[in-house]
Amino acid sequence: MNKTMIRVVGLLLAIATFLLIAECAKKDKPLLGSGDAASAVYVAPGDYDEYYAFTSGGFSGQIGVYGLPSGRLFKQIPVFSLFPENGYGFNEETKDMLKTSFGHIPWDDSHHPQLSQTDGVPDGRWIFINGNNTPRVARIDLRNFETDEIIEIPNSGGNHGSPFITQNSEYVVASTRFSVPIPQADVSIDSYKENFHGTLSFIKVNPDDGHMNIEFQILVPGFDYDLASGGKGPSHGWAFFTSYNTEQANTLLEVNASRNDKDFIAAVNWKLAEEYLAQGKGKQKPGKYSHNYMNHDTHSSVSKMHKTVTVLDPADCPGLIYYLPTPKSPHGVDVDPSGEYIVGGGKLAAVVSVHSFSKMLKAIEDGKIIGEAGGIPILDYDATIAGEVTNVGLGPLHTQFDGKGYAYTSAFITSEVVKWKLGTWEIVDRIPSYYSIGHLMIPGGDSRKPWGKYLVALNKMTKDRYLSTGPELAHAAQLIDISGEKMKLLLDFPTIGEPHYAQAIPAELIHPKTTKIYKLEDNQHPYATTREAEARVERKGNVVHVYMTTIRTHFKPDNIEGIQVGDVVYFHVTNLEQDWDIPHGFAMQGAKNSELLVMPGATNTLRWEPEQVGVFPFYCTDFCSALHQEMQGYVRVSPKGSKVPISFK
Amino acid sequence: MNNRFRWILAAGTLLLAGTFIFPLWSITVEAPQYPEGLGIYIRINAVDGQHPHDLKNLNLVNHYIGMKEIVPESIPELKFMPPIVAFLMLSGLLVAWKGGQRLLYIWLGIFTLFAIAGLIDFYLWNYDFGHNLDTEHAAITIEGMTYQPPIFGTKTMLNFVTTSLPSGGGILAFGSILVGYVVAFLNRKERKTS
Repeated sequence: MNKTMIRVVGLLLAIATFLLIAECAKKDKPLLGSGDAASAVYVAPGDYDEYYAFTSGGFSGQIGVYGLPSGRLFKQIPVFSLFPENGYGFNEETKDMLKTSFGHIPWDDSHHPQLSQTDGVPDGRWIFINGNNTPRVARIDLRNFETDEIIEIPNSGGNHGSPFITQNSEYVVASTRFSVPIPQADVSIDSYKENFHGTLSFIKVNPDDGHMNIEFQILVPGFDYDLASGGKGPSHGWAFFTSYNTEQANTLLEVNASRNDKDFIAAVNWKLAEEYLAQGKGKQKPGKYSHNYMNHDTHSSVSKMHKTVTVLDPADCPGLIYYLPTPKSPHGVDVDPSGEYIVGGGKLAAVVSVHSFSKMLKAIEDGKIIGEAGGIPILDYDATIAGEVTNVGLGPLHTQFDGKGYAYTSAFITSEVVKWKLGTWEIVDRIPSYYSIGHLMIPGGDSRKPWGKYLVALNKMTKDRYLSTGPELAHAAQLIDISGEKMKLLLDFPTIGEPHYAQAIPAELIHPKTTKIYKLEDNQHPYATTREAEARVERKGNVVHVYMTTIRTHFKPDNIEGIQVGDVVYFHVTNLEQDWDIPHGFAMQGAKNSELLVMPGATNTLRWEPEQVGVFPFYCTDFCSALHQEMQGYVRVSPKGSKVPISFK
Repeated sequence: MNNRFRWILAAGTLLLAGTFIFPLWSITVEAPQYPEGLGIYIRINAVDGQHPHDLKNLNLVNHYIGMKEIVPESIPELKFMPPIVAFLMLSGLLVAWKGGQRLLYIWLGIFTLFAIAGLIDFYLWNYDFGHNLDTEHAAITIEGMTYQPPIFGTKTMLNFVTTSLPSGGGILAFGSILVGYVVAFLNRKERKTS
């Protein structure tokens, strides 16, 4: 081999080695989660997560249930949207849950889950969530993870600022994003300043069973009300609502509602409102709204339409509301665990303004009033402000607390979480989010007792975070360890719909209390069949009731004849099982609604209107046993007026 | 018998009262699908589930292999047993009161006979449940496979691990008969030495 050859080979080898190293270096891009981050979020097979996290489904209208720290999705709770997966909103028992004054609305936009609280601490009984588009508030029972009640909010448009809770779940509050004519009327949109108003609604929660009713609404000037927070500790008895568009623009709000240096946080003394109500200051005003709830004995929804609502006018109720000027279209308003600080996120500013509750009371006492808006006194900014957090990042939105004296604010525009100290207002740490964080959540981080170990960043944009799924992507959540001095990114996981806000609570407050089955002997459904011997088919005119039972592994009856085209057939399916995790499904060929997924001991009803002559199968959709595939039956459909009698076996 | 033995015998006899409170026997089955376990208690007058609905769920599982349904109302022994045990208790107390050695032997003999008969009966029921299978209606039939649960101990049948053990009432009944034998033995020894 000559020297040239050796040089060439040597050169080639050198190039190859270089390329190899370059390739390895590329692959070896440092991972954000190092080895210890992986073990921090690892929940071994069969082990349980430490926390339940509930994320709003956003435009899915539902709630996602996740485990923390693993980020595993356990369930989607259907709330405001149809859910053919289990028949929610389709079956006869739940379809009235979606009833509103506009009729049956099959969808909504759910933003803010809120756990019920006792003494300012999440208690794991219920979770509330708002429907934004058709103003509603829902309550979900955390024993069975099912939507138990939905109440519509009258005199509202865009129920965004809801459902935030008071310290002992006395009320959940709801504020109108859109001001609207109250009562609704055919008026020029340009008459906005004259004809449009907002409302702040106080929904009373029955401490025994959670049942909601709209105790009163407060009529407020026609701004856009954004978010809210209940007072706690010393500020218990007050609720705080942010507003923007105090300019009262009705077009191109992007520009026209961003002119004022300061908009307002409305501080509402609801204990005083109760006194005014007792004095008879509340007036019955028109306001049509639907109130739907599940009857636990019959497993069926009850729907009532109301026509009027009690309204308080601040003009008749001095001291009910004060406006706290707050810079630049404040978005979130968050009260710290001590109840003293009211933190306003100046959405279009680079500053977080912190009002002091005690200074606010003093300013009221000293009459530090600089004007009024729509008859509501405006307090002097300098008299209520406790401090400003500057350089907090651009577009500060929401703040949560860790219970150790620190606050964490999300900054949308600069896409980061900023940690700062209450009292000194100095920034101590910041961490990027991927990308464009909206809300952030610490378990109990809006309560008097945060469990300040983790923080979840809920992001609006995902881009390249996961394997691409085309133009439409899952939203991203990031789990951040906040137990130490420096925040540490642990995990990045996709979420359903668009998670706006979320809540989390230690698993032991919910897990041991969950329902496993419904007791068959307690089933009071009017069409329940609690013994197989009672399974039958009954015709009443052109309505046919099928009283059907399921148990591993058969339907009774499984052969039905005598049905005619034009009949309305109700399959009332009772699941006779009394064993955990043995639901049975029921799917009928040609049914234009959905399947049924019947939990052990429950009865669900599917309505079917056969349109074609023939013999059509039905079957169980939930793999229930080794003989699941044998769990099936037939319905014979004869022409209208046929002589084939009703029969079954 | 001396007074001390008579008191001990009376106390031992009273242990039988426990069989009216605690189950005689426990049969549990474990399988991957039943991580929380599934089990029944055999009581002096009843057969019931160890958790609510266990009996129903066990019958549901059994029906796949053609085992008969366990219907407590159709088991006549559950009606006979309470009076028999009540008789053993009262007669035991009578023996303790009278104090005669001969009476004690007769009582022990009767008790022992009932105990053996009970165990044989239990075995026969288990044999019947495990062997007389309704193969025509069973979804799963495996050639040569029987499903007789053990009287004492653990046995694996298909995916189920079945464990059968005396429970509180059964243990107390054993204790009761044991006290009778110990008293009889010690009394005999004492009489020989005196």
